[in-house]
Amino acid sequence: MVQEQQLETVDINVNMGPQHPSTHGVFRMVLTIDGERVVDVEPHIGYMHRGAEKLSENMDYRAAIGFQDRTDYLAQFLNEQAYCMAVEKLLELAVPERTEYIRVILCELNRITSHFMFLGAFGIDLGYFGTSFTYGFRERERIQDIFEEVTGERMMYGYFRPGGLAWDVPDNFVQMIRDVLPHARQGLNDLDVLMTQNEIVAARTKGIGAMSAEDSVNWGLSGPMLRAAGIDWDLRKDKPYSIYDRFDYDIPVGSHGDVFDRYLVRLEEARQSIRIVEQALDQLPDGPIMPEKMPRRLRGPEAEVYAAVEGPRGEYGIYIVSKGGDKPYRLKIRPPSFCNLSALRDMTVGNYVADAVAILGSIDIVLCDVDR
Amino acid sequence: MLALTYDVGNIWLDALLGLLAIVALMTVSTFMLIWLERKIAARIQMRLGPMRTGPYGLLQTIADALKLIGKEDLRPKTADRWVFELAPFAVFVPTFTAFVAIPFTRDWAIAFLDLGLFYVIAVTGLSFVGFLMAGWASDNKYALLGGMRAAAQLISYEVPMVVTLVAVAMVAGSLNLSEIVLFQGRVPLFVWQPLGFFIFIVAALAELERQPFDIPTAESEVVGGPFIEYSGIRWSMFFLASYTGLMIYSLLGAVVFLGGWEWPLGTEAGLWLQLLLIFFKTSLFIAFFMWVRFSLVRLRIDQLMSYCWKVLIPLAFLQVLLNGFVLVYGWPDGMLLVTSGAGLALAMYIIYRAVDTEPRELRMVPARGGGSSVQPATADATGFE
Repeated sequence: MVQEQQLETVDINVNMGPQHPSTHGVFRMVLTIDGERVVDVEPHIGYMHRGAEKLSENMDYRAAIGFQDRTDYLAQFLNEQAYCMAVEKLLELAVPERTEYIRVILCELNRITSHFMFLGAFGIDLGYFGTSFTYGFRERERIQDIFEEVTGERMMYGYFRPGGLAWDVPDNFVQMIRDVLPHARQGLNDLDVLMTQNEIVAARTKGIGAMSAEDSVNWGLSGPMLRAAGIDWDLRKDKPYSIYDRFDYDIPVGSHGDVFDRYLVRLEEARQSIRIVEQALDQLPDGPIMPEKMPRRLRGPEAEVYAAVEGPRGEYGIYIVSKGGDKPYRLKIRPPSFCNLSALRDMTVGNYVADAVAILGSIDIVLCDVDR
Repeated sequence: MLALTYDVGNIWLDALLGLLAIVALMTVSTFMLIWLERKIAARIQMRLGPMRTGPYGLLQTIADALKLIGKEDLRPKTADRWVFELAPFAVFVPTFTAFVAIPFTRDWAIAFLDLGLFYVIAVTGLSFVGFLMAGWASDNKYALLGGMRAAAQLISYEVPMVVTLVAVAMVAGSLNLSEIVLFQGRVPLFVWQPLGFFIFIVAALAELERQPFDIPTAESEVVGGPFIEYSGIRWSMFFLASYTGLMIYSLLGAVVFLGGWEWPLGTEAGLWLQLLLIFFKTSLFIAFFMWVRFSLVRLRIDQLMSYCWKVLIPLAFLQVLLNGFVLVYGWPDGMLLVTSGAGLALAMYIIYRAVDTEPRELRMVPARGGGSSVQPATADATGFE
């Protein structure tokens, strides 16, 4: 028999993932727990590594667009935008006016779908039995239908091209979007009513996983995570790219940096995206969608360029090193999910197991984006 | 349940018929409840729910049950064999036997027990053993975590549940469920004891492990908790037990607080009217439990425990105290209503105070014309660009 003196409590390791309903893909975190308290978290990534960067280096500039869709599969247009912007910078291509508008419209709609996805999945992480998910997905699906109509694909669009677009949008493009936007706004309001005022949601999210502004910057967080902590850093405003300086919108900034603020910031951000889309639709000009003189083969000079967009998850950047020729010598992706995920341990340790799930959900990771 | 059982005269045959009646009732009601739950979930979530199998998907549960029966009954190699295989029974049998004592109408019950209320509470309180067994024997850390959560939750919420029912038994002067119904007469107990009714509903939700108290089986945390390693028929036994539990607590609530088969029709109502009444009242409870399930998120384990021990149990004792005043000083019923209502208001206020419900305002930074001029003050302090 065991002597009483020899009895001791032992922290147990729980392998959360790679197959777990709330790790948003194939993320694996090894939780060391003392009862219900999290003592340590060790994230393991790489289950979804497909070598998107290396593959892009073996394709010419146009062919590599497909790989950009497959990194952050909830913000495909924004990835394509970042990649095309990098290539355009490298090749010094001037993008036509109409193309810029269409890109902005699609990117902002994409941001809305991504945030709908977040709101739905976040509710499930907190314990909704699918209610928030169906609320979010109902409206997301309408926007998804527009993407399908425009690009012919539901997920891997491959629609942007360096310098322009693959083809022009259908004639009813503007009308389609105008029809959908009220639904999107209503969907956001529904989710707002469902979750924001709910006492249990408040009890579960307020003050959980808080990051100070200083820590957020030191960890290199970006996107809603950073803005929830109180820093109004948005690339669309602070390093204006494309034509974002022509629109009137607000950047929502939180103050506590906790899970609840991240949720609120995303909810409001989706509303602001609707505003941008409305303005862009009003201003959408006619015209060509590709530059006048487009080279048949895209050959870059010897140069290094970096272009970044404000994705739904944060700064999504593409860094291209070219040594001439029609392929990049090196292509590096700066994935927002990966950088935001790095702060997971700091946020989680000391909280309960249930909080760990809520915090992971609030980071809004996409594993394809983390692992590339 | 059936008057028939008393006519046979043979004690063994009586028992057998009673068992058959319970099994039939449990199975049929579970099938209907699962179908109903899926339909209610679908309506709340703007879906249709099962539509393909039979009219309005009525046969969906039967199809699912057949699938579950056909599935392989897996047992992890490292599991504790006997405990693992007995755990479903340890959950199933208590809920099953609790059905014996619950009367449906004045004349219909498997057995009218003088200690009916006591028996039902005592027997349903045993089911946590099965969850603990399942959690321990599965040799799975999620299951263990879930089993421990289940044990903590079920034992804790047993206390306020028992105390409120004790308060009811005090004023009714009997533990016999039929006599409690008879006592309620003109006005059911939920009117006179709103606090007790509230605590009963909350505790029942926790005992049933439904949202917002589905912590032991939390899908997004411990992935089903104690049930994680179960499959096929054993898993469906847990499921059957959980829906039977739903029936039992709903029936208990209808009998103890809503006046059972008498209010508001009185004692003269015929058998069918009595059945209709109890069916309607039970359905109210069931619909409420299902509605709550799909519109609330899950609490955290520490919040759950502190809510039980710091709020519900003291308030349940308050209800006992008030009922004591009724017994000793002969308070009128109106006085009980006022004080108990005040207790309920206090419970609500405590919840309101405990949660940070203050709405948060986001700072809206306008972005226009390339707002690089709008550099935040914090950016310099943190050395960000």
